[in-house]
Amino acid sequence: MLQSWLVILLSFGYIGLLFAIAWHADQRAGGARSLISHPMVYSLSLAVYATAWTFYGSVGRAAHDGVGFLPIYIGPTLMVLLGWFVLRKMIRVAKVARITSLADFVASRYGKSALVGALVTVIAVIGILPYISLQLKAVASSFQILLQYPEVVVPQKAASLPFLDVTAFYVAMFMALFAIAFGTRHLDVGERHEGLVAAIAFESLVKLVAFVAVGVYVTFVLYAGPGDIFGRAAAQPGLSRLMKPFAAEGALANWVWMTVLSMFAILFLPRQFQVAVIENVDERHVKTAVWAFPLYMLAINVFVLPIALGGLLAFPQGVDPDSFVLTLPMAHHSEAITLLVFVGGISAATGMVIVETVALSTMVCNHLVLPLVLRLRRDGRAISGDYTRFLLTVRRGAIVAILLLGYFYFVAAGEAYALVSIGLISFAAVAQLAPAFLLGLYWKGGTRNGAVAALATGFAIWLYTLLLPAFARSGWSGMQLVANGPFGIELLKPTALFGLAGLDPITHAMIWSMIGNLAAYLGVSLAGRPGAVELAQANLFVDVFRQAGERPPSWRSTTSAAALQSLLGRFLGEARAAELLRAYALARGHKSTQGLVPGADLLHFAELQLAGTIGAASAHAMVATVAQEEPLDIDQVMTIIDEASHVLAYSRELEDKQRELESATTSLKAANEQLKELDRLKDDFISTVTHELRTPLTSIRAFSEILHDNPDLDPADRQRFLALVIKESERLTRLINQVLDLAKLESGLAEWHTAELDLREIVCDAVSATSQIFKTRGVSIDAQLPDRTPRILADRDRVMQVMLNLLSNAVKFCAEGRGRVRVRLAEEPGALRVEVEDNGIGIDPEHQALIFEKFRQVGDTLTDKPAGTGLGLAICREIVARLGGRLWVRSRPGEGSVFSFTVPLRVAAAARPAPATAQDA
Amino acid sequence: MERGRRGQGFVALFMLGCLLFNYPLLEIFERPVTVVGVPLVYAYLFGAWALLIAAAAWIARRMD
Repeated sequence: MLQSWLVILLSFGYIGLLFAIAWHADQRAGGARSLISHPMVYSLSLAVYATAWTFYGSVGRAAHDGVGFLPIYIGPTLMVLLGWFVLRKMIRVAKVARITSLADFVASRYGKSALVGALVTVIAVIGILPYISLQLKAVASSFQILLQYPEVVVPQKAASLPFLDVTAFYVAMFMALFAIAFGTRHLDVGERHEGLVAAIAFESLVKLVAFVAVGVYVTFVLYAGPGDIFGRAAAQPGLSRLMKPFAAEGALANWVWMTVLSMFAILFLPRQFQVAVIENVDERHVKTAVWAFPLYMLAINVFVLPIALGGLLAFPQGVDPDSFVLTLPMAHHSEAITLLVFVGGISAATGMVIVETVALSTMVCNHLVLPLVLRLRRDGRAISGDYTRFLLTVRRGAIVAILLLGYFYFVAAGEAYALVSIGLISFAAVAQLAPAFLLGLYWKGGTRNGAVAALATGFAIWLYTLLLPAFARSGWSGMQLVANGPFGIELLKPTALFGLAGLDPITHAMIWSMIGNLAAYLGVSLAGRPGAVELAQANLFVDVFRQAGERPPSWRSTTSAAALQSLLGRFLGEARAAELLRAYALARGHKSTQGLVPGADLLHFAELQLAGTIGAASAHAMVATVAQEEPLDIDQVMTIIDEASHVLAYSRELEDKQRELESATTSLKAANEQLKELDRLKDDFISTVTHELRTPLTSIRAFSEILHDNPDLDPADRQRFLALVIKESERLTRLINQVLDLAKLESGLAEWHTAELDLREIVCDAVSATSQIFKTRGVSIDAQLPDRTPRILADRDRVMQVMLNLLSNAVKFCAEGRGRVRVRLAEEPGALRVEVEDNGIGIDPEHQALIFEKFRQVGDTLTDKPAGTGLGLAICREIVARLGGRLWVRSRPGEGSVFSFTVPLRVAAAARPAPATAQDA
Repeated sequence: MERGRRGQGFVALFMLGCLLFNYPLLEIFERPVTVVGVPLVYAYLFGAWALLIAAAAWIARRMD
């Protein structure tokens, strides 16, 4: 038999054990042997996420729709995978800025705004009430069920159990006592509670062991393994639908939204923030938690379905599925398992309630009560008296009040819903923090007004679409409104807003509240601009990993060290305050606090210490009351504004510089490529030139040696050889001259003597200059010139050089005796064109482009004697290009070639306004 | 630098998880097939979950 005294004794014995663990951990706190400095303890403390909802409610949810319980744990698994980035950043920020709670975090991000802090606190407290009522309901029901042992008396409506309300009330009050004893025995600096964390980690172990024990018992003792249970359930017509959980309408949409909701919950439930961020002792612990915490959740969920199906098989009706964990071992008279489950359930519920209420009470105290008190005291009177007692009293009062409110919620609405549905309402409430929190952590553009708008909008939609229907459903109020919409407007029905029907109420509320929340945050943030403090805090939060060391102090006033010590003393206790200031003085090389220079640094230090206890917003306000504010004159205001705008201008400048650098890099790369190509061309050129120089040199040397070695050479031969030496020397000279000429032209160093010229004269001069060669080779030449042409601007010698070159080429490639060369000059739009036509051997089409390159000579170089240097046409093309014209060839092998070039009329003058001073004759 | 790069494995796992526990994979695995007596969709859900955890533990270990 399980007597009620036995159950009560067991409960208190267990709580006593928890106190012992907490006390032991507190004794070792802070030291190297600290109990909670192990990553596994951190991971287990995160498992405070698994509450009575997990312990009893998961089975209930699984019995209802098969998989509905899973996203609640898969969402956090996914979010924790990002923990190395997101959670670690939160921890780092909280350490740097001395954050004490969730509300403090958000308020600090938005310029230490008291309004934001208060808003987050209100949302958290009201939002979490259903969740706390859930724990009360679960513990009270389990206690009542247990007292009926061995009879299983659990009607669908748990409310019809005798004295359930009364039991729940006692449970609430006992839990308040535990929370006060655990969390508010004394004021901890930085809101760290090592003993509490150790106890929570232990509770996590207990509930896991208890749940796995009952899971193994049901699966392998009552049934023959999971296959047996699933097989029997599939055979039941009423249960086979649970084998196809995603087939139901909207099941997948609900699944996805529940996952998203739970992802937010693992970060933004006040108790999760407390254990994961505030109580974290070493951010490297996150690395272990990334897999250990999901593993915990997997382990505690493996047996949920077998228990749910086992329960449904064992109790076809009449038993609330939320109680299967307890009623299955009860029905089989397994007292040990039953008691273990009961203790596990207490563990799950007390862990959650203690951490949640401690976290909430800190928020209520620092962000609702203290600002009010400060406001009331603003009217000139200095703050007096010891505030440590006051703070503790406020927090204890807040814990009792929160649990009482949770109890009232349970009485008013809790009985209409299953455990999981109640908890999800709370999840949806804290999810409203997600946009302001997460975007604020990664985007500097979010403003205080944007955060306020987002929180208010999201919370209002949550109230309307979730809390109101919850109350209405329990027949409390607003039934008419929920059924027909306000003033009978169907479109505004809270559970089917704008006609969005067919979804789970939670999914429905999440969709609308997230749309409104996000739109308000982005819209208001983008419409306004952040103030100087907001900007500074935004930088601190977003760039926390890039900063080293402390923030620059923001104080512009002074106060005495004694005044600060007395202020600190009121909140931290006299002894603690004196100790802190002494340590501060020693660190700065003073013997005592007397030596401290009152100034911005000291004020900043005091603010940080206070922030560790009462939150950033309140600490700022408190220090302001004792700081002798030096009135800001217009110069100082201008300086502050200047600093702010400098920061903005500087960051803009940085962006510009970066862009410039990028484009400079690109053009440098291109230039480098070009240089490499030029370098290669230069190498080619040099090797070709040396090759060309060697040919005449070799002949000169050969003939000279013959002459030298054979003094008795026949005079005729000697004469012939000498002539060859002279000819080759001339060729060498010509080659060198031309190489120099080309180099000059290409580098732009060549001198140009531009003058107005008549092109007909140059053509005539060139023809008469070459007439001797033509005669010698028996080639006829005639020139067709118009009567008059416009004068051009050019260098006479250069144009002459081109003409001579073309004419000598023409005669060179004509057959001796029957060659004919024609020179034509014609005017075309904007230019004069000169053509030199021959009837020589012609040029292959594939060679026509090559002949203009350096050292390209067409023809068989092995048999033909080289007829030129191979630079003439390259020089010509260079000259014509410089004049602004074009040089090209048309040719057919065997029929002759036509070389043409143009000289622009006006363009030459306009594009090259070279000084026409040094004129040639 | 090296640590930061390795941490990115977690982001990849997160994305993989978002795909695994989503439409259409969930629907694909909802078949009248059992694995050791357990419906395929449940075996898949817990199997994929365990896989993610194992991969996360492996990445965390490599970061040491």
